[in-house]
Amino acid sequence: MENKIKPQLRLQEKKDIKEILRQNIVVIIFTVLTVIGVILSDLPFHFMVRELVSRIGRNSFLVLSLIIPILAGVGLNFGIVVGAMAGQLGLIMVTYWGITGIPGILLTVLIATPVAVVLGWQTGVLFNKTKGQEMIAGLIVGYFANGLYQFVFLFLVGTLIPMKPGTPMVKPDGIGLRNTISLGSKHGEGMKYALDYVLQVNVWQLLIAAALALIAFKIIRNRKRGFKTPVASLIPNMILVVVSLVILLVPTFRMLANIKAPVVTWLLIVGLCLFNILIMKTKLGQDFKAIGRSQHIASVAGINVDQTRIIAVILSTVFASWGQIIFLQNIGTMNTYGSHMQVGMFSIAAILIGGASVTKANIWQALVGVILFHSVFIVSPTAGKVLFGDAQIGEFFRSFVVYGVIGVSLGLHAWKAATAKKKEETEE
Amino acid sequence: MDNCLLQMKNIEKDYGGHKVLKGVDLSLKAGEIHCLLGENGAGKSTLMNILFGMEVIHSTGGYSGEILIDGKPVKITSPKEAMKANIGMVHQEFMLIPSFTITENIKLNREVTKHNPVSKVLGERLKTIDTKTMNADARRALDKLEINIEEYAEVAGLPVGHMQFVEIAREIDKTGLEILVFDEPTAVLTESEADNLLATMKKLAAEGIAILFITHRLDEVMEVSDEVTILRDGELVACKKTSDTSVEEIAELMVGRKVELNQKEKSSSEGDRKVLMDLKNLHVNMPGELVKGIDLSIYEGEILGIGGLAGQGKIGIANGVMGMYPTTGEISYNGETAPLNDTLEMLKKDVAFVSEDRRGVGLILDESIALNTVFTALKVKEKFIRNFKLFKMQDGKAITSHAEKMIKDFDIRCTGPFQNAGRLSGGNQQKVCIARALTQEPRILFISEPTRGIDIGAKKLVLDVLVRLNKELGMTIVITSSELAELRTISDRIAIVAEGKVAGILPPDASDAKYGLLMSGISDDPGKEEK
Amino acid sequence: MKDLIMNKIGLPRLIITSLFLGVFFLGAALGLPVAQQITDIIKRMGMYGILVLAMVPSIQSGTGPNFALPIGIITGLLGIVISLEIGMTGFSGLVGAVLISLPFAVIVGYFYGRLLNVVKGAEMTIATYTGFAAVSAMCIFWIILPFQSGTMKWPLGKGLRNTFPLDNSYGLILNDFLAFEIFGVHIPTGLLLTFFGACFLVYLFTKSKVGTETLAGGMNPNFAKASGVNIDRNRIVANILSTVLGAVGIIVYSQSFGFVQLYLAPLMMAFPAVASILIGGATAQRAKVSHVIIGVTLFQGLLAVALPVANEVFPEGNLSEIIRMVVQNGIILYALTKVNSNGK
Repeated sequence: MENKIKPQLRLQEKKDIKEILRQNIVVIIFTVLTVIGVILSDLPFHFMVRELVSRIGRNSFLVLSLIIPILAGVGLNFGIVVGAMAGQLGLIMVTYWGITGIPGILLTVLIATPVAVVLGWQTGVLFNKTKGQEMIAGLIVGYFANGLYQFVFLFLVGTLIPMKPGTPMVKPDGIGLRNTISLGSKHGEGMKYALDYVLQVNVWQLLIAAALALIAFKIIRNRKRGFKTPVASLIPNMILVVVSLVILLVPTFRMLANIKAPVVTWLLIVGLCLFNILIMKTKLGQDFKAIGRSQHIASVAGINVDQTRIIAVILSTVFASWGQIIFLQNIGTMNTYGSHMQVGMFSIAAILIGGASVTKANIWQALVGVILFHSVFIVSPTAGKVLFGDAQIGEFFRSFVVYGVIGVSLGLHAWKAATAKKKEETEE
Repeated sequence: MDNCLLQMKNIEKDYGGHKVLKGVDLSLKAGEIHCLLGENGAGKSTLMNILFGMEVIHSTGGYSGEILIDGKPVKITSPKEAMKANIGMVHQEFMLIPSFTITENIKLNREVTKHNPVSKVLGERLKTIDTKTMNADARRALDKLEINIEEYAEVAGLPVGHMQFVEIAREIDKTGLEILVFDEPTAVLTESEADNLLATMKKLAAEGIAILFITHRLDEVMEVSDEVTILRDGELVACKKTSDTSVEEIAELMVGRKVELNQKEKSSSEGDRKVLMDLKNLHVNMPGELVKGIDLSIYEGEILGIGGLAGQGKIGIANGVMGMYPTTGEISYNGETAPLNDTLEMLKKDVAFVSEDRRGVGLILDESIALNTVFTALKVKEKFIRNFKLFKMQDGKAITSHAEKMIKDFDIRCTGPFQNAGRLSGGNQQKVCIARALTQEPRILFISEPTRGIDIGAKKLVLDVLVRLNKELGMTIVITSSELAELRTISDRIAIVAEGKVAGILPPDASDAKYGLLMSGISDDPGKEEK
Repeated sequence: MKDLIMNKIGLPRLIITSLFLGVFFLGAALGLPVAQQITDIIKRMGMYGILVLAMVPSIQSGTGPNFALPIGIITGLLGIVISLEIGMTGFSGLVGAVLISLPFAVIVGYFYGRLLNVVKGAEMTIATYTGFAAVSAMCIFWIILPFQSGTMKWPLGKGLRNTFPLDNSYGLILNDFLAFEIFGVHIPTGLLLTFFGACFLVYLFTKSKVGTETLAGGMNPNFAKASGVNIDRNRIVANILSTVLGAVGIIVYSQSFGFVQLYLAPLMMAFPAVASILIGGATAQRAKVSHVIIGVTLFQGLLAVALPVANEVFPEGNLSEIIRMVVQNGIILYALTKVNSNGK
């Protein structure tokens, strides 16, 4: 080792365009795919945007719940499926009791959270026992827990767990829950839109407000620190304002202009973003970072690695349970035995498409990922139909993308780890 | 001696009946640099593990004896308590996270934090990191060491020498540090970096910190230390003022003659020796045992011993010849150039190898003695194979009968050829390894650390086997061992490796001091053979 | 003594064996025909056996259980589809399907093996997603490949059907070969012969020179390297063999089932196969042919008897499916926790 490591000046490294392209290759590929899909599918643009806005609200929270375990070195937490089950448990109970609206949501969270804590803790313990294989363990944990979940809701409900006969969610013979449970068909009835419809605001007005607020925040913060804000750093926000204004004011975009956004849901998402940022500035966050980089060194320094990993998994599981509640209140129907199963893979595919990896993730990657992934989702059936005359092909392509992007991303990670190890051996 | 900062008195420790420390004393005064010397296995690391309350000590029954700090007896049962007792350590391998900044590394798990509204309710761990104060602290520690690097730079890009200083900065940033242990700190440094480090050590000592310095470089010992303590075989051999002793004396004390074993009679006459294998400028990239340019001739029919301290590269030679680790240089074998980095080709040329890592490389623990014994010959020479043209099958009968023969020949204590190798004792495992190499019918055998971790009776058996093979079959044997005594018992010549190079070649009856000096890398005329 | 039993058999196997026996006797007590139950056990064992057997080479080579079994299955399905398309029936159809699938299986197995060599240390996870991705990619091809055979195509629309019968070609051909009844138990002689024949061939492989080297490379790569073994090549060979077994396995399975299932059917097929061999006593690093026979009998036997018994006790719902999920995934999780503690 000696002599060979040259002193490197850690100056502001100039990144050339190639490097930037290489680092964002996944995002670029999917942006191109989306654009092609949009062109091919020929869907009305306002329909796509409307659909996308609702999907962002529906899915972002779940995807954001993946960030902490990635930073803590646990990897992609396929175990969020278990959290989703906890969320559904809460929803089922609250729906059964007929509590609606905000009180319903609060009660659901109250039920789901402790269950998610316990399940997350158990998952974390298991991950500690399967270090290095967390990702396949997480996948299998989901399947395993699904067996138990089905046992509870198909067999114990109506036998050990008494249910009022004749409840719509129970099967006609009084044992087990139906395959689908309606959370209400419109706002005010059941849990449907319980969060989304508390406050609906025009999405463009909301964006303008948010962008202006961000600009103000940046200027004030920089002034406090005593330097002027460079105008260039404000350009993205300004563009957002201008685009929104154009859409609002130009009559051609009338169909686009009246799209509304669920303010409370979006605020919750922003809240989780903030949490993810703030937690990393605490001692706990520093520990996450340390064990994420090197479990060995962290433990020599006296950090309780296993316990910290468990905390990361618990946080992720709890957020996933809340995310599933947000997801289902938007959808309005719960597929009792299926809604949770896809959550893990879809969320993970989304964050990877946003440019995250097994060891690196941030909120922007999560949000960009949600937008790109769901754009592909929206357009691929119609694109498939146009291209091959069969909508099914688009759907299969979609699931190929999900599996493929996860597989490739995990493969790249393993390949990098293997070559790094080899390099270490040959370079001295 | 009442002004002693640290006193360790009559320390004893055994691992499962095997005594590794036999009543060792050590005392350390504030502001002195005290060197701790000894060969591998002399007990240095065990002593340090005791001082730091390492898990490995307390999970194996603790130790006996007394530790006093500032005259008060203390019981250190965990690294945390060692830290509380103001003892710090600079590790040989860096405990630094590359992608963290220098500050983050210095403050790892000792971050400065301040309360925020949430942490008041939910507890300490949610307190905010106070980066400003941390940077200031790190700056102070770095300034103390007169290191001019930015505290917010990432560790990843730093030269090794600077990383070492970050390690030291971390220790002196701990408030009230009184005792600082350096464990072979100069091993990974360049010469100028090492000089820097020694200067820093002197500076720290001048500020009143007691420094315990573990090294094998005797010139460094003479340069910086006030006192030296020498251990050998778990015993305290000497504790002297550095000014009262010399390099030669220290070297002699370190090596010592352990057991008088019968010297093997000279096997071949000196004149008509034929070179069987010639290594030229061999570099082997084996982590932890780097070989940096070895020139060595191996004569037909001899037993060549390779000795030296751990980490100096002696283990790397056999591994390099066999192509186990990336190797450059030149090997000529039997007059021809032998291929590098090609294990199979080497084996085909009747070169056999018994690895130093018996359980990791030498055996498949979960497989039978029989398979372990025949595997290499089966692979390389297609022995024990029934060839059906399209495919080749194991010849189960032949394998079993050969294994039974080997078990008998080597007196391997087992329940039969189908017992798993992992179930055997260390000595018997070693015999299986040797049996595997012999099944290959080699012309030259590289055997590394053949007696490591096996009991004394088995040791003798294994060594006897080697001598027998050499005498009866005329097999050339290259034995690498950390135990100089056993090398001196059976070898014709002994090459001592230091810092990745041959420091010198000695006859088995050369003096202890000569061995000691060579092992510390001090040789007047490297390569010159003593007669 | 107690420790000895626990170590030798292992807690999970003990639990599953008792569960199996318990359910079996419960069924008998409930008045279910015992002969029918045994018939089912034997049939399922033969049906799934070769798919489980595919795990042996991959585990022995050190790449862990072949979670990418769907890749092999797809090539087998391709063999069936092509053999039917060109109108092959009967025994020649069956053999034809195997022969057609072989080159596909060898080629994809080769590339799959290459892939695994690049991602050492994460083989199981990567294998799982490789399998998933291959299945969903193949779904597209089932639609767009230009097959014309009436039995396989949707009467309207594009592509092949989800499921189609083999009764006009080679359905049950092995099961019925030399089949006989004894005490009311139907013995599918041809099926069993095929399964045990395959077992014997794999056993021969493990005792061949290549097989021995592969085993050594899987058990201790460093040991094998020190004896000059080309580990990467052997891993590829083993995974080719595993993929081929997957292909043959699905062909035998399909003829026994009487139907061919395309599209998403192969997606989850690796998991019961992995679980079976683990139940048989294998670990993620060590497997023998005997583990296959024991494991597939126990696991598929349990499911075979659980189905009628569960229906008797709980007429509604699919309790045996739940048992499958819990047992199958529980045993895989258990095996994963052992991967690290084995001194890796």
